[in-house]
Amino acid sequence: MALKSGVSFIRLKRLSHGIRSLSTHIRPETSQNGSKNADFPGAKAPYVTEMKILNENSYDPIPIYRVLDNNGEVIDRREEPKIETETLLNMYKTMVQLNQMDKILYESQRQGRISFYMTNYGEEGIHVGSAAALSPRDMVFAQYRELGVLLYRGMTVTEIINQCYGNHEDPGKGRQMPVHYGSKQRNIVTLSSPLATQMPQAVGAAYAFKRIPNNDRCVICYFGDGAASEGDAHAAFNFASTLECPVIMFCRNNGYAISTPTSEQYRGDGIAARGPALGLNTIRVDGTDALAVYKAVEKARELAMANQPVLIEAMSYRVGHHSTSDDSSAYRPVEEIHKWMQDEDPVQKLRLYLEGKGLWNLESDKQFAKEARDLVLRTMQEAEKKKKPHWKEMLEDVYYDMPLNLQKQMNQMEKHLKKYKEHYPIDQFQSE
Amino acid sequence: MATFVKKVTVLGNIVKNVNNCTKRLSSHFVYHPDNEAPVEGEKTKMNMMQAINNAMDITLKTDPSAVVFGEDVGFGGVFRCALGLQEKYGKDRVFNTPLCEQGIAGFGVGLATAGATAIAEIQFADYIFPAFDQLVNEAAKVRYRSGGQFSCGGLTVRAPSGAVGHGGLYHSQSPEAFFAHAAGLKVVVPRGPKTAKGLLLSCIQDRDPCIFFEPKILYRSASEDVPIDSYTLPLGKAQVLKEGEAATLVAWGTQVHVLLEVAAMAEQQLGVRCDVIDLMSILPWDEETVCNSVKKTGRCLIAHEAPLTSGFGAELAATVQEECFLHLEAPISRVAGWDAPFPHVFEPFYLPDKWRCYEALAQLLKY
Repeated sequence: MALKSGVSFIRLKRLSHGIRSLSTHIRPETSQNGSKNADFPGAKAPYVTEMKILNENSYDPIPIYRVLDNNGEVIDRREEPKIETETLLNMYKTMVQLNQMDKILYESQRQGRISFYMTNYGEEGIHVGSAAALSPRDMVFAQYRELGVLLYRGMTVTEIINQCYGNHEDPGKGRQMPVHYGSKQRNIVTLSSPLATQMPQAVGAAYAFKRIPNNDRCVICYFGDGAASEGDAHAAFNFASTLECPVIMFCRNNGYAISTPTSEQYRGDGIAARGPALGLNTIRVDGTDALAVYKAVEKARELAMANQPVLIEAMSYRVGHHSTSDDSSAYRPVEEIHKWMQDEDPVQKLRLYLEGKGLWNLESDKQFAKEARDLVLRTMQEAEKKKKPHWKEMLEDVYYDMPLNLQKQMNQMEKHLKKYKEHYPIDQFQSE
Repeated sequence: MATFVKKVTVLGNIVKNVNNCTKRLSSHFVYHPDNEAPVEGEKTKMNMMQAINNAMDITLKTDPSAVVFGEDVGFGGVFRCALGLQEKYGKDRVFNTPLCEQGIAGFGVGLATAGATAIAEIQFADYIFPAFDQLVNEAAKVRYRSGGQFSCGGLTVRAPSGAVGHGGLYHSQSPEAFFAHAAGLKVVVPRGPKTAKGLLLSCIQDRDPCIFFEPKILYRSASEDVPIDSYTLPLGKAQVLKEGEAATLVAWGTQVHVLLEVAAMAEQQLGVRCDVIDLMSILPWDEETVCNSVKKTGRCLIAHEAPLTSGFGAELAATVQEECFLHLEAPISRVAGWDAPFPHVFEPFYLPDKWRCYEALAQLLKY
């Protein structure tokens, strides 16, 4: 990786006049002997006569790009993104709406009203910062902790809650667990549970876009630091780079994969360090800073549209439990969580920034939070009353046309239900 | 996953020897060319490799979104199925990928999700297992889990499969039964050039993701007059190749030719005629054609190269037993590969060859 990263660094510098911290890998001394490259086809590298083994300490760690400090003040005025007021307010409101949804849906799972839920606490800045910098036509491949992206894209609270309840208005027809959203019209590919599988898929979709004349779309693919250990992640990085796809690979590094801390996930310099090694444009950002995320994604989109794939690693902290099936106090100290909630809360940072610009105040904050909360509660009450889809939906959409074996099985079930109706929760489901 | 050793040595030998395989493996099977024309029109002599190449050529010509990709596909593929296509259609439509099967399958799912036609090649069916997750958990379930909002129906995965004389453990496998358990996929196996072209074009045009296993021993050994125009053969439909009343013989891929020979032996030596059925589609499979035949003959023999236990023959046998119970005059017979990894030097003893099938048929008729 020694010279490889050096080479990418030079190429990157040429490509990205704007972003200073796109890559900070330093060329190790071993390769600075001025000799010309050897002829091996596998690498462009010179010979050296001094033996030196490289490891993660041979390079400076990739620094974390930030625009705001934790009081919501811009550190370097030149880096402040130019975002329209309406967009800024939309970003902030999406965060608040997301928080209210998380709070209420998490509680409703505790009360047994939905079967499962996953909150987004601590990662709100990643969601709205990235979503705002993209075109609504760009295709999103997500993991599962990106609800803010979906909300920002215009998915309604009703659609999201219908999915969690699996009622007949869920476009997914109640087939998947809660939080597995998808929306064709908003270019959000339906989520699935197997981790990292969406990564090479996102690269393939990007390749399809690239081949469309006058393409104006890129693909963004979100994944966690844990998912990055899957083989599919490696496949995706390598395919994106060798096949020159208009794709942004966006890693949410929140420090944990369920209970596994990053020290047990990898030993290199996070996920970002893998980017230059595989020939990807790479940047690491402060994921609690929505403006830094916005700037990085804005630039990444520009590169991606020139068929230069980009890897972004956004650093954050998973403030909530992994899911409703997890109690994170079993593996991490509560003080650690509190520290992140107080000092580096992405919602607070953006609010302070907006207040500093005179765009928001305590009064509007209170009022909007209440509206957001009421909307969620009202929608939940409605969603709860809606019936689940007809049981026959269980066997639809397996194939485009239903094959004979499935038709036969549907008839069997129909006959069975006629006879044993009272043993099934049939009144909760739609009937013909 | 696919090793360097594979590429450099084994592969080279296989490619070379596939050319001579008719000679080398004359004891395993005799190719029975298709005499019937699937469509009218001009025909030309093609082997199975050329018929597959022709199907991809037609697709690339008529569908601007179509791309062909995989390991070593750019120069034509190690079995030459993509020969000349890159020169004809460009590097952005026919290209090499990094050596990574899960990446190939995932990349293909993504292409198809974005609306493109994706023809992915896995170099050997033996190396499809790294892509198992992408095919079974993803490709098969995209339409279902999204409520029909998304689908990857434009995806076709081609993979050379089956015995080749000397492929050993990892150049001989027939993994169709693993995929037959994955609702949402279609699994198809042709028996020669005509079926390969028609079925592959059907797979490519079908609105569901398809896995197309190409019996690699037939690439060059099988040759017949193939219509040059585009045509399709229906998926989910079996074909009755020979009719009789003594027993129903069912197989797919190369094994069809073994059973055709067994039927001829039975006719000559035992004076009985058998129905010989090429299943062609493993998933979903043609229950009607198979069961109608068994209801007529009362006896059923199923043969496949893959191991016996939980091989696709088990699914066929269970269904035939349930549907044709009152018509059966003998237990259903399954002749398959042994429940061992596919061996190198023992291949002649491992395969369900005509003698093992003939003996099973003789017992079946005597029962």
